[in-house]
Amino acid sequence: MGSLIESNLGSDDAGFFATRMDSLVNWGRKNSLWPMPLGLSCCGIELMAMIGPKFDLARFGAEAARFSPRQCDLMIVAGTLTWKMAEAARTIYDQMPDPKWVLAMGVCASSGGMYDSYAVVQGVDMILPVDIYVPGCPPRPDAVIDAILKLQKKIERESPTRELFSPSERDEAGTGQFSMAPNQALPRGSGGQKA
Amino acid sequence: MTTLERLAAILPADSYVESPARDGILTLQMEVDALTEVLPRLAPEAGFETITLVTAIDHMDANGEVRGPRFEVHYQFLSLEHSDRVRLILRVDEDTPAPTATGAFAGAAFMERECFDMFGIRFDGHENLRRLLMPEGFEHHPLRKDFPHRGIEPDKLYNQWNRERGGAPS
Repeated sequence: MGSLIESNLGSDDAGFFATRMDSLVNWGRKNSLWPMPLGLSCCGIELMAMIGPKFDLARFGAEAARFSPRQCDLMIVAGTLTWKMAEAARTIYDQMPDPKWVLAMGVCASSGGMYDSYAVVQGVDMILPVDIYVPGCPPRPDAVIDAILKLQKKIERESPTRELFSPSERDEAGTGQFSMAPNQALPRGSGGQKA
Repeated sequence: MTTLERLAAILPADSYVESPARDGILTLQMEVDALTEVLPRLAPEAGFETITLVTAIDHMDANGEVRGPRFEVHYQFLSLEHSDRVRLILRVDEDTPAPTATGAFAGAAFMERECFDMFGIRFDGHENLRRLLMPEGFEHHPLRKDFPHRGIEPDKLYNQWNRERGGAPS
């Protein structure tokens, strides 16, 4: 792939092509986040309010909550995750197609919250790669919308075409472990730009 | 007619000791044999047709010492007809099974499963004595006094499952 672009555009212009493509793909991705609503407890109620007409998550393109993991790219863990439920949550995450992001909604999902107990996962980051944490018990819908806006900013900084042209090591083994592609780890503006 | 009079026909005189209860419900402490005999006769002969509770109390103290049998199993019954309740209690240690109430009261099945799950009390004659709340393969009984509230390796089963399906433990 890389050699094709180099032969057509010249190696100097490949960076220009890739970054323009990045912003187009990122624009598409960030404005059509489809959430997987993993409503496990009371946070699920706030999640419904957030998607409903009053707070209207549709303004940010993320209202299409799907109950099939195959159609989702944002997993919202809303509530208390128990160790018994952890296997199901991890299976759902693994079934979601790449690219995918995880939002830990509320203190239970973020850290176990007040449930300092044998039955509760002390933060879903023990089993899932969390992108953004939202504090609150439960957080207000506005707080979660703010988190989604921040996640959109994070998505803007990703370099999807880098992955396309140089396959990343992300999740190749199917472990669900989040390892950043080497190019993704570069600060914005340095990767793909002319030196 | 008092609760005890209602039960007189099915309770042999020396088979129980009345114990004080602050909620005013008649509470009778019994031995295993007497309880096994009384359970199937409660509904047809004394009118206590509903079981409302099967639970247990762990009598281990803060120092980990136990005086007498460790657990106290409670069976609580309700008579809608007479608007009356009775509680039968039984002391068992860790190795002694308690008699099941499922023969006479189908509703006891889930409560006895929960009691087995949380305290490890085995109910003799229960047809499906599996864990109810904790996952299959869990090795402890969480409501016992000597179980730490943060658990013992709470992620053990998850990690085991994760390894079996080829995922790295995260």
